[in-house]
Amino acid sequence: MKRALLFLPLLIAAAIGVVLFWGLGNDPTKLESARIDDPVPAFSLPSLQDPTKLLSQEDIKGKVSLLNVWATWCPSCRVEHPYLLKIAREYGVPVIGLNYKDDRQAAKQWLLKLDNPYLFNIFDEKGRLGLDLGVYGAPETYIVDSNGIVRYRHVGVIDDRVWKTIIEPRVKQYSNEG
Amino acid sequence: MKKIVIILLALMSASAFSTDTLKFDTDAQRLQYQTLTEELRCPKCQNQNIADSNAPIAIDLRNEVHKMILEGRNEEQVVNFMVERYGNFVVYKPKFDTSTYLLWLGPALIAFLGFIIVVMTAKRKRASVSRTANKIELSQEEKQQLNNILSEDEKV
Repeated sequence: MKRALLFLPLLIAAAIGVVLFWGLGNDPTKLESARIDDPVPAFSLPSLQDPTKLLSQEDIKGKVSLLNVWATWCPSCRVEHPYLLKIAREYGVPVIGLNYKDDRQAAKQWLLKLDNPYLFNIFDEKGRLGLDLGVYGAPETYIVDSNGIVRYRHVGVIDDRVWKTIIEPRVKQYSNEG
Repeated sequence: MKKIVIILLALMSASAFSTDTLKFDTDAQRLQYQTLTEELRCPKCQNQNIADSNAPIAIDLRNEVHKMILEGRNEEQVVNFMVERYGNFVVYKPKFDTSTYLLWLGPALIAFLGFIIVVMTAKRKRASVSRTANKIELSQEEKQQLNNILSEDEKV
């Protein structure tokens, strides 16, 4: 019994080591969204392309979709853009844009020049919906299920690795739920 | 030259007066604003509060705090508003609930555990000391023997 106790410090040190090692792989700048499992906050904002058309949270329901927060002032969004095109066209997952605190003209130009992966774009000039969602930078991508519930948030660029390991499995899982 | 220096100084001091440019109805509101922006953590530049940070999101959150204070909301309502959107991360002093109780009680628990270990070790030591003390007690026979030895010494 006494001898076994002598190993206690070693065990504690090993346990701390495991926890800290696991912590090394975590990126502290990636916060878990506080909105997970909540419905997309209610909003009424114009479409980017058509200022007279008002969009609301109801427009996001129906199918598992990606709600992508982007802006022309965000360099990483440009990096991500070709991949969004691929997701929308090749993988057939609807991508809805949340044009966040942007200039309408510049955003429209961007879509003309780089092509448009979005089903439609919510024009959130003041960042009100962004604030309600808990957006703290761009790009951010939310997976919203068919009932309009936020299921997952990815902070940062979506690339091949992120799509294959994080987004695609979840989209499939939420789609199968009905 | 002098003019340029004055202009430069004025520009540099602008940030120091940033809260002064905001309008409040009362001084109490200004104070409330200052405490709140110092207690809320910027989600983007994580080691700054939203009063210190110049990240766009910190500016937005400051404006939101300002607006809510003018609307007459109290501190708790403002903090709840932020936590609802940005999670416990945005508060330096998270609320006591099921996900944070370990954080709040952990230090006290560890101190208590340490205290118990110290008390137990001290007790055990005392017990072992008294055990050896008991061993010294001699039987009648041994006492006789000891006396004999001692008296033998005296003879010499």
